[in-house]
Amino acid sequence: MAKRIDVTDLDIYYGAFKAVEGVTFSVEPRSVTALIGPSGCGKSTVLRTLNRMHEVIPGAYADGSVLLDGEDVYGSDVDPVNVRRTIGMVFQRPNPFPTMSIKDNVLAGLKLQSGRRPKSEMETVVERSLRGANLWDEVKDRLDRPGASLSGGQQQRLCIARAIAVEPQVLLMDEPCSALDPISTLAIEDLIEELKERYTIVIVTHNMQQAARVSDTTAFFNLAGVGKPGRLIEIAATQVMFSNPTQQATEDYISGRFG
Amino acid sequence: MSTTLEPPGTPAPPVPHPGIKGAAVRRGDRLFVGLSRGAGVLILVTMAAIAVFLIWKSIPGLQANTANFFTTAEWFPDQKPSVFGIAALTFGTLMTAGIAMLLAVPVGVGIALFIAHYASRRLASTLGFVTDLLAAVPSIIFGMWGIQYLTPHLVGLGQWLNDYLGFIPLFANEAGIYSRSILNAGIVLAIMILPTISAITREVFVQTPRAHIEAALALGATRWEMVRMAIFPFSRPGMISASMLGLGRALGETIAVALMLSATYDINIHITQPGGITFASNIALKWNEAGTIGLSALVASGLVLFVITLAVNMAARLVIARRAEFSGAN
Ligand SMILES: Nc1ncnc2c1ncn2[C@@H]1O[C@H](COP(=O)(O)OP(=O)(O)O)[C@@H](O)[C@H]1O
Ligand SMILES: [Mg+2]
Repeated sequence: MAKRIDVTDLDIYYGAFKAVEGVTFSVEPRSVTALIGPSGCGKSTVLRTLNRMHEVIPGAYADGSVLLDGEDVYGSDVDPVNVRRTIGMVFQRPNPFPTMSIKDNVLAGLKLQSGRRPKSEMETVVERSLRGANLWDEVKDRLDRPGASLSGGQQQRLCIARAIAVEPQVLLMDEPCSALDPISTLAIEDLIEELKERYTIVIVTHNMQQAARVSDTTAFFNLAGVGKPGRLIEIAATQVMFSNPTQQATEDYISGRFG
Repeated sequence: MSTTLEPPGTPAPPVPHPGIKGAAVRRGDRLFVGLSRGAGVLILVTMAAIAVFLIWKSIPGLQANTANFFTTAEWFPDQKPSVFGIAALTFGTLMTAGIAMLLAVPVGVGIALFIAHYASRRLASTLGFVTDLLAAVPSIIFGMWGIQYLTPHLVGLGQWLNDYLGFIPLFANEAGIYSRSILNAGIVLAIMILPTISAITREVFVQTPRAHIEAALALGATRWEMVRMAIFPFSRPGMISASMLGLGRALGETIAVALMLSATYDINIHITQPGGITFASNIALKWNEAGTIGLSALVASGLVLFVITLAVNMAARLVIARRAEFSGAN
């Protein structure tokens, strides 16, 4: 079920502002790809273009091609709603639905896709997804409590459970740990390690150690200056990127010598 | 700037530390607490004063009344013996307000939703402006427009209801006269409370956090599914209070209803026929010609209206509080 992604010559705009320019890269199935780079270089923008979440911002659009196992995500006969059902997303700030219980949060996507299902099947999905997100043991006795009653780290894992409940083919994560404490961060990193056996994962992070720990491939983005579009500088296997980058800018950024 | 010129090593003169003991007197805080507490008390006192006035002034009438105040559908307080009761008022008020709510809530929410999340920015601001303008039209204008212009245009609706739904007594109209009916008054009320409902719901709709909207969209929700998943749950308390404000206005609306309805004092369940009367319009119509007991009787009916509106508001609050835990306010 995990699929590969091929991005070619992607230009991304917010209205008249070109935020990202000429991005080309590929993501292997069942791997973790980390997008790193300074703030404002377009990491989130690139990520959101992969599941067509970019265009929900008024005036925002993208040019270029994004292929999911060879199928054009931006094809004229493609419904963005279906793309988002296939490519799940986890946001920077945990955003469980506050009016829903823990259980209903997990089932939210599933109910959209297939309406009512037998209760037993629903319960199986809840347990499987929460176990998949390493949250089951902590919440199994209070599935009917509001999602907002959990700690930040638990909320983020609930969001991951919600995303994997619909068995997506790709999982996008935008700085999923940046609002979390170190222990919750470790819990999520462990989880990513497990999830990559089944999903293709693309993760944005501003934390170099995290990129080094969890990813197989690392992509470094940079921008020439304020108001200039961000570009992909270099992409390579993570060990290579961190030990032996080909670009000076990459080395400067990774070694913290970034100006 | 002498301090910056001191040679390094010279210890800075010790600043006396305030310590942690002692209750600090913060003037602004105390002023604010005092003001808000005072405002709260003032509102309670005003409410109590109104209630006391209503009760006090209604006692003579209620004592003189020889009929059951709640179940009688007649209004002859100044006769001997005095006979009056609010049954017709309760019926007419709840029916007109109910019809108004039935029409205005869905339409108002629909307009608000369209303005907040579907229309282009240009169209949205125009529409918002127009609905706000509607709220500024005085009710006497609505009343005149309703009786002169709208009533003739609603005959067709009344006939249609009679032809197709006439088997339901509510819509039957054997008389064939369709003016000055509870339905027409309800429709005018609906138009009057529409801007209140749509303006407030629009405000809460646009406050829905971006994070909730994106969470729904990223799960593959269509626009309408997103509205149901993220916007409606978040806005529920606001939608309820908007509706209650509208209901409050519909229950208390006086002059437009007085113009729209015939001044007969009866219960007519055929809502497309002439007839019906409400608390507020009855008071307005009868006040000037009422005697001592008549005035007291009208005040007593006002007391009931006061209690009904209070009850409606408290019920709304209960609904909101019941699921506060899930409200997203945390
Ligand atoms: N909603 C938006 N509207 C307009 N410009 C935006 C919006 N979001 C991001 N941008 C701009 O796009 C560029 C890339 O932003 P972003 O992708 O958020 O960077 P990163 O995630 O790498 O910090 C920045 O210049 C930012 O100001
Ligand atoms: Mg970002």
